[in-house]
Amino acid sequence: MSSVATVHSLWMTAADAPGRIPGPHIEYAQLSPTLIVLGAAVLGILVEAFLPRRSRYHTQLLLSVVALAAAFAAVIGLAAGGFGTSKAHVAAMGAIAVDGPALFLQGTILLVSLVAVFTFAERRLDPASHGKRVDSFAAQAAAVPGGKAEQEAVKAGFTTTEVFPIVLFAVGGMLVFPAANDLLTLFIALEVFSLPLYILCTLARRQRLLSQEAALKYFLLGAFSSAFLLFGIALLYGYAGTVTYAGIAEVVADGAKQIDPALAGTMGNDALLLIGAALVLMGLLFKVGAVPFHMWTPDVYQGAPTPVTGFMAAATKVAAFGALLRLLYVVLPGLRWDWRPVMWGVAIITMLAGAIVAITQTDIKRLLAYSSIAHAGFILAGVLATSEDGISSVLFYLAAYSFVTLGAFAVVTLVRDAGGEATHLSKWAGLGRRSPLVAAVFAVFLLAFAGIPLTSGFAGKFAVFKAAAQSGAGWLVVIGVLSSAIAAFFYIRVIVLMFFSEPKADGPTVAVPSPLTTTAIAIGVAVTVVLGVAPQYFLDLAGQASVFVR
Amino acid sequence: MNPVYYLYLAALLFTIGAAGVLIRRNAIVVFMCIELMLNACNLAFVTFSRMHGNLDGQIIAFFTMVVAAAEVVVGLAIIVTIFRTRHTASVDDASLMKL
Repeated sequence: MSSVATVHSLWMTAADAPGRIPGPHIEYAQLSPTLIVLGAAVLGILVEAFLPRRSRYHTQLLLSVVALAAAFAAVIGLAAGGFGTSKAHVAAMGAIAVDGPALFLQGTILLVSLVAVFTFAERRLDPASHGKRVDSFAAQAAAVPGGKAEQEAVKAGFTTTEVFPIVLFAVGGMLVFPAANDLLTLFIALEVFSLPLYILCTLARRQRLLSQEAALKYFLLGAFSSAFLLFGIALLYGYAGTVTYAGIAEVVADGAKQIDPALAGTMGNDALLLIGAALVLMGLLFKVGAVPFHMWTPDVYQGAPTPVTGFMAAATKVAAFGALLRLLYVVLPGLRWDWRPVMWGVAIITMLAGAIVAITQTDIKRLLAYSSIAHAGFILAGVLATSEDGISSVLFYLAAYSFVTLGAFAVVTLVRDAGGEATHLSKWAGLGRRSPLVAAVFAVFLLAFAGIPLTSGFAGKFAVFKAAAQSGAGWLVVIGVLSSAIAAFFYIRVIVLMFFSEPKADGPTVAVPSPLTTTAIAIGVAVTVVLGVAPQYFLDLAGQASVFVR
Repeated sequence: MNPVYYLYLAALLFTIGAAGVLIRRNAIVVFMCIELMLNACNLAFVTFSRMHGNLDGQIIAFFTMVVAAAEVVVGLAIIVTIFRTRHTASVDDASLMKL
């Protein structure tokens, strides 16, 4: 009964003594990357409201690029100021961590988004409609496909310039996600980056039915999974009486030592901890696309506009793995004997299922989706290492992988026929004869996915498997290498298809992109090669950034 | 009254919601079931808040409501777009993409 009395005293005392409530102490400078991006997103919405239609595109593009570059500069500034190492601490009243992994992942997300915005802004690929250049987004998303309103919107040359502020909102959420230091911030950040992504998925200019279907599936399954995450948070809150990472970790480590007997039913109750942790992990594994929570990935990757797919595949994975790392390493290290076997299983079936199902795919975007599932499995192997090497290898892998993915999807936007992008694999036959450069660039990305030496994929895979092996997960590494070999089969098959088969007469053409997409692809190739040939500097960087603050 | 009963109720509501998502065919009803799951979470938060004697859980419940409202905006927009295109909101009909 004592607890009930204390509960009542909570609002009783508040009622008769309305004292001063101290304002929260927010370190604005240390949160500046997120604040810049979200501020620019709000400005972008105002641009949509007040600027005439013809000047919106250039303004939005400039605003997004400047904001992302400024936020990246802010991240570099914070890292140079020692916030990644010696001055790492928890900012914003315990809500957001400013430490090495957070800054490394935020920097990666910002660079990836910057490159992704270039592909979003591409306007030379689609044939100009009624004399106006258009991008890959719907003229008017609210208009019924094929209806009169859509025809009018297309005729008027409308474009959805709202994609730029929407993507900035998503980036803002992604920046907070790996840095979130309590479960409430984690949940809000998850929603802040998910909701814009659902919208972006609906916005394809071509094949709008597919695009809308992808958005519906992504939305329903995403909301479903975030409900699980939230219930898990509720149970963890019931377990620990707090939602801060440090507080929960303390209760996990100490067990139920100094607990009010009245709370013995909840606080320190292992059932609450285990079920709650499992549900939260489920929500995060959904976002990284690990088997058995991967069912949305192929459909959404196929249906969404290709620039969005590239952005989603790269940036979401970085953010979600960052959050997963922090949760496992900061909140639940005391529970690792319980979660490691389960995550072992998840990693193994993710690697195998991703690699095996990808073999049967006939659509290039679905193929890349299954390949991303397999890669989620490889990254999970690094996460499982529970060592500093594990963290640094995962950070490096994420940075390497995200640029390869982004580049690969950017190449997919170039191969087109009358109906838009030609994503069926049979249409890619003989692409190497028709345009050797594009095929060669795509081959570089595929080799990086396969983990061939001298590409970033090899350095990343080597790092995660080494970390996993050192932690005693030998079998995991064997299975990882096996599924890499299976995966290499279908990557090589695409390369063979491109270079060693006759081009079809009615095959697709390769569109000549504007400097925007060219830059994006060039950056992708450059990062892939540099991280493959000389990975040491970046491995060291990831190594320095591999200590979580608590 | 023992607050633990409210936790049982929350778990029950959550299960009903999850089962509804899996069983029902209409996208709107599926979506309502997801909202039911979120509300079950809210009930759990408020109950735990009362049991622990701190206010964190009640604050989180407010955040959840705001998130649920934002989700409705995005979700209904997507569902309405689909409905206007296909004249059905059945999730079974959304099957252009298959394995």
